[in-house]
Amino acid sequence: MTEKKLHLAVGSFVLAGCFALVLLVVQVAGFSFTQDQGSYTLKAKFDNIGGLKVRSPVKLGGVVVGRVEAISLDAKSYTPVVTLRMDQQYGFYPETSSLAILTAGLLGEQFIGLRPGFMDDDIELLGEGDFIDDTKSALVLEDLIGQFLFSIQDNSKE
Amino acid sequence: MINQIQRIGERSVNFVTQLGVAGLMLMSALFSKPNWKFLRLVGRQVHNLGVLSLPIILVAGLFIGMVLGLQGYNVLVSYGAEQSLGTMVALSLLRELGPVVTALLFAGRAGSALTAEVGLMKATEQISSMEMMAVDPFKRIIAPRFWAGVLSMPVLAFMFSLIAIWGGSFVGVDWKGIDSGGFWSVMQASVDVHQDIFYGFIKSTVFAFVIVWVALYNGYYAKPSSAGISEATTRTVVNASLLVLALDFILTILMYG
Repeated sequence: MTEKKLHLAVGSFVLAGCFALVLLVVQVAGFSFTQDQGSYTLKAKFDNIGGLKVRSPVKLGGVVVGRVEAISLDAKSYTPVVTLRMDQQYGFYPETSSLAILTAGLLGEQFIGLRPGFMDDDIELLGEGDFIDDTKSALVLEDLIGQFLFSIQDNSKE
Repeated sequence: MINQIQRIGERSVNFVTQLGVAGLMLMSALFSKPNWKFLRLVGRQVHNLGVLSLPIILVAGLFIGMVLGLQGYNVLVSYGAEQSLGTMVALSLLRELGPVVTALLFAGRAGSALTAEVGLMKATEQISSMEMMAVDPFKRIIAPRFWAGVLSMPVLAFMFSLIAIWGGSFVGVDWKGIDSGGFWSVMQASVDVHQDIFYGFIKSTVFAFVIVWVALYNGYYAKPSSAGISEATTRTVVNASLLVLALDFILTILMYG
């Protein structure tokens, strides 16, 4: 095999490898290169986060507007604190907005639903590091069943 | 009794000596000064180890992806969760099967060839004659093969994963009729560039390192006879495969805990 043919083979091998890597990153991991719009963090306290995980999506009307960046526990009040990284391309939300932990389908992954609040003159927009006060915790199936059984017992006593 | 202890001692001394010799060989391969001629040698070896391994990698990847898609579909469809097939196929390939199966095939296809080639050079005294001409065999023979192996393995692993994921989507989407939008979007939501693709890359690089090291050591220090070369080739494939599987477990613990 001549030197030129060999170089051609090696060159196309390396190029095909790079092409495979790019295709994996874009098509399989869904990585987009135009995402550099900047972002900011919001925080929220929940009573119970259920099965929420880091990198779970934050959705507004079904559109992913951010992701869970970190989950920690406030040592004083023993409540979970969730840090959210919000995409700046969708702008900012009024401080009357509320968060709820929802489940996709009956057995699906849990995500955070964002419901934007009303806007008024004396209401400010949430910025970097602000807390969202109005939160609704995850539904825990065992608690629900417990409440249900409890209410049945109450009814049967009457 | 004393003989037994003696034998244990002899074995351990031999083992440590082998490790030391292999380490020295690796050092001289890693720290040889690269020049233009050296890059040409590496290019030739990338052709031998990488380009010529491509057919077996691609065919194996396609079939493994298709089998994964079919088996995964059969299990997932009974939970009504067949949309998650993309996630299952992509994660198992990028994290485990891509690097590991590529490494096993690479050990069988390229590692054995390396050992046999270098062993035969040794047996026919080509290496000794190189030394006579003041050419360092570590720089001329070992180093280019080492770097070429470490370069080609990750490339092969990426291609393996890619074609296997395509095989999985072929079975899942085109044959079994999973919605293609769901298949890809569920996959994209759960695959992470750092956690999955980059860690897979690290795994395949580490495996390449180990395979080429074992293969070159066994070839260079093979007994210079036909029986010795055959023994060394067998040892390369067995040791490299076992080391890859054991290392995979350790790396998985470190990465995904």
